[in-house]
Amino acid sequence: MSGSARPGGSLSGPGTLSGITPVGEVTRLPDEPLAELAAEYGLRPSALRPPLLTYIRQLWQRRHFILTFATARNVAMYTEARLGQLWQVLTPLLNAGVYFLIFGVLLGTSRGVPNFLAFLVTGVFIFNFTQRSFLVASRVVNDNLSLIRALTFPRACLPLGYVVVELQQTMLSMLVLAAIVLATGEPITWYWVLVVPALLLQAIFNVGSGMMIARTGAGVDDFSQLLPFMLRTWMYLSGVIFSLRTVARLQDHHKLEALLQANPAAVYITLVRDALLKSQRLSAPGAKPYNFPKCWWYGKHPTSKPYWSAYCHPAPLSSPRDLWLLAVGWALVALIVGFLYFWHAEAVYGRG
Amino acid sequence: MADPMVIVDDLHIVYRVYGAGGDKGTAATALMRLMRRQHRPSVREVHAIRGISFVAYRGDAIGVIGRNGSGKSTLLRAIAGLLPAEQGAVYTTGEASLLGVNAALMDDLTGDRNVVLGCLAMGMTRQETKDRYQEVVDFSGVGEFIDLPMKAYSSGMGSRLRFAIASARSHDVLLVDEALATGDAEFRRKSHRRIEELRRQAGTVFLVAHNLEEVEQTCNRVIWLEKGKIIMDGDDVTGIIDAYLDAAGGERRERTSVNG
Repeated sequence: MSGSARPGGSLSGPGTLSGITPVGEVTRLPDEPLAELAAEYGLRPSALRPPLLTYIRQLWQRRHFILTFATARNVAMYTEARLGQLWQVLTPLLNAGVYFLIFGVLLGTSRGVPNFLAFLVTGVFIFNFTQRSFLVASRVVNDNLSLIRALTFPRACLPLGYVVVELQQTMLSMLVLAAIVLATGEPITWYWVLVVPALLLQAIFNVGSGMMIARTGAGVDDFSQLLPFMLRTWMYLSGVIFSLRTVARLQDHHKLEALLQANPAAVYITLVRDALLKSQRLSAPGAKPYNFPKCWWYGKHPTSKPYWSAYCHPAPLSSPRDLWLLAVGWALVALIVGFLYFWHAEAVYGRG
Repeated sequence: MADPMVIVDDLHIVYRVYGAGGDKGTAATALMRLMRRQHRPSVREVHAIRGISFVAYRGDAIGVIGRNGSGKSTLLRAIAGLLPAEQGAVYTTGEASLLGVNAALMDDLTGDRNVVLGCLAMGMTRQETKDRYQEVVDFSGVGEFIDLPMKAYSSGMGSRLRFAIASARSHDVLLVDEALATGDAEFRRKSHRRIEELRRQAGTVFLVAHNLEEVEQTCNRVIWLEKGKIIMDGDDVTGIIDAYLDAAGGERRERTSVNG
C-alpha cells in the first residue's frame, strides 16, 4: 500500500492548507469504480432495509430481547414512585373508582344496561389497553432514539416490546376487573375462559396498528399531539360508556349501528363483556324470542326493565360468530398491513 | 491486499436543521407561516460531508482526525447507516455498529439490565448473554454501581459500560466515537487491547478521538478531515498527525512511548 504522496481531497478549498506537503505513505484508491468493487466483494449499501424474510428471522431471533425489554420497562415504570409496583394494581383500581363515582354515584345512570358498573369498567379497561398501546407506539421511535442509534436490531422489536408491556399491565387490570365483576354479583362461568383469546387477538391488533402508528409518529411529530383527541373520539364511538346494541336511537339506523359495532375497539370490548358478564349475555337483543310489547316497552322506559332488551331484534354483527370473525379479521389485517408498513421504513428510523 | 470491508464512494451528507431561529415561536407566527404556505420555520442546510471516497480493508484500524465540525462524527454515523446520503454511497460488509459517547442505552434501567438487553439486542442468545455477562461487567469496571440506574452513572462509567457491552460481540465494522476519551488510564489500556482483538477477529475499526496519542497508539491508518473533505489519508500515522498539528497551529509534541 505504498505510493507517492497524494492528498485525498481538493486543496484549493478555503481551508488554507495548500502549503502543507503530505508526509509518508498515503493509501490510494483502487483504480476500478468503487461501486463495482463493492459489488465484486458483496458489500451492501449501509442503509438498506433487510429483505422481509430476513427481517422476520431477525425479529424471531430477538424474541428474548423483546420479552426482557418488556419486563425491564415494566419494572422501571414505577421505580420513582414510593409505592412502586403497587401502582400496577392501584392505577386500574383508581380508574374504576373514578367511573364508579361519576356514573354510579353522582349521575346514577344505567341507560338501560343491567349491572352498569361492571359493564362500564370492563369497557374502560379493555379500551385502555388499545389506547395506551397506541399512545406509546406513537412515541416509540422518538423515545428510543439513543437505543436505535447505539445498537443494530430490527426496530419492530420496540413497538412489539411496548405492546407486551401493555399486555402485562392489562392482565393485572383483569384481576382487578374480576374482583369488581364478582363484587357486583356476576357469577364465575366457563365463559370467562374466552377472555384469554379475546385479549390475545386484541394484543395482535394493537401490535399491528401500533406499528402503523409508530411509523407515522416517527415521521410527523404533530401526529402524537393529535392522537389523544382521535382516541377520545374513538372511545365515545365504541360504546365504552353506553351499550351500542341497545341504544334506542341506533335501532332505526342499522347501517350506522353495524358500522359502529364492526369497529375493532367495539368488537373486543363486546367480546370481553359477553365473556365476563352474564347480565350482558341475558340482555343482548335477540337473546329471547322477539316480543313486540316488551321490546317496545324497553325502548320507551329502558331503565325500568333493563333485561327486556333481550326481546328485541338482534343488533347487526353482534352474534358471537360475527364478533369472533371480526376479531380475528381485524387482528390479521392490522398485523399484516402494520408490519409491512413498519418494515418498509426500517432504514429510516433514527436518522436525521 | 485484504478484502475491502467499507467502501465510501463520493459521499455527500447534508443536514437539514429545522426551526433554526427566524421565528418568535408563538402560535400566531406558526399560523402566519401556514397561511403564507411556508413549510417550516427556516430550514437551514449544512453540507457536512463534501465528497469523500476511501476503501477500508479487513484488519484496518482507522483513526479519523480533524477539528471540531470537520465532519468526523457525521462520517461515522453515515457508515453506520444512520444518515441518508445526499449523493454517493457507503457500502459495508455485514453490520456496522456505532459506539458513541452520548449514545445512552436505557437511562432509567440499571446497569445489569442494560448489559443483558444490549447483548440480546445485538442478537446474542440467552445462553451467550449469560456466559459473557460477568466478563462485560468486569471489563467496564463499573463495580458495585452495576445495579444502579444508568442515569446515576458518571459520564465515564456510562461510556465504559457502553463500550463493554458493544465490544462483547465481534463486529464486522466497529465505529468508536470518542467513547474511550472518558476512561481512566487503566480502562484505556484495556480498551486498546480489546480494539486489537476486534481487529484480529477480522474486523475493521474506526476511531474518532481528539486525543491524538490514542489514535497514534491504536490505529494503523489515519484519515484527516477538514470541512467535510479528506486532506490526507495514509498509513504514516505519525507523519499525518504531525502535519495536522502543524496546520492546526499546534506544536509538535514530545513523543512518548508508542507501546502504551
